[in-house]
Amino acid sequence: MTEITLNHYLAVSALLFSLGLAGIIFRRNLIVIYMCMEMMLNAANLSLIAFSRFMPLGAAGHLDGQIMVFFVITVAAAEVAVGLALIVALYRQRQTTRVEDLTLLKF
Amino acid sequence: MIGTGLLVIVNRNPVASALCLVASFVFMAGLFVLLNAFFLAVIQILVYAGAVMVLFLFIIMLLDLKATADRRPNLFSYLFGGVVAVALMALFVQVLGYLPAGEMNAANLPAADGAYDARSLGELLFTKHLLPFLATGVLLLAATAGVVLLSKRGLGSDSTPPETSNPPAAP
Repeated sequence: MTEITLNHYLAVSALLFSLGLAGIIFRRNLIVIYMCMEMMLNAANLSLIAFSRFMPLGAAGHLDGQIMVFFVITVAAAEVAVGLALIVALYRQRQTTRVEDLTLLKF
Repeated sequence: MIGTGLLVIVNRNPVASALCLVASFVFMAGLFVLLNAFFLAVIQILVYAGAVMVLFLFIIMLLDLKATADRRPNLFSYLFGGVVAVALMALFVQVLGYLPAGEMNAANLPAADGAYDARSLGELLFTKHLLPFLATGVLLLAATAGVVLLSKRGLGSDSTPPETSNPPAAP
């Protein structure tokens, strides 16, 4: 039985981040793309918390990773609210959330 | 967690995709507990799996999105996305190879009683990181004002400009 090391947590985080990136590129639905972005933020949170946990306990700022995750969660919540409002406003104008139909800025 | 994360991107139905993402977040909160981040695990469940995903599901059902098959399979997008994701994963694996893993055992860590609880986190939040904390409050206010402005019906389509001189920028 192998021990759980820092690298295991980082590997899970990296895998989830890559999945989120793949989902952003694969999917054509704006809302699903948004959810994949949340997944990437969450993967970054996991690695931050893992780094914070594996710091020496007495070291200066061994909780700073968790503080950072706190801020990331707050900003992500604000960003979801604004982004979903944008999506709803877009849906009112275009009646679609598929990225193929939203090519106004496409060169 | 990885399995549910994979299900998020392969599900055709946005509602099922969102529910898989909720499951993934809950599993992630379990990992946070294993890493002694109890407060953040609770926040993860409450904010992410609770509020944010309810917002997502609300919008999905409000817009009445159907599980639509792709009109054309868009092979280039799949190929490109797969290549980019695999390349990123290879990069991560290479970086992980450089890290010394041996002494980073979870079993070797000292038992940290009370070093990771909400009290120490809060003390740090209100002393060392007070300025970012206050800036977060301003950011939330700006986001709220922005959402209200965006949700106003007829923004930009009618001739009268909104009364506010500078609309708050989306963060």
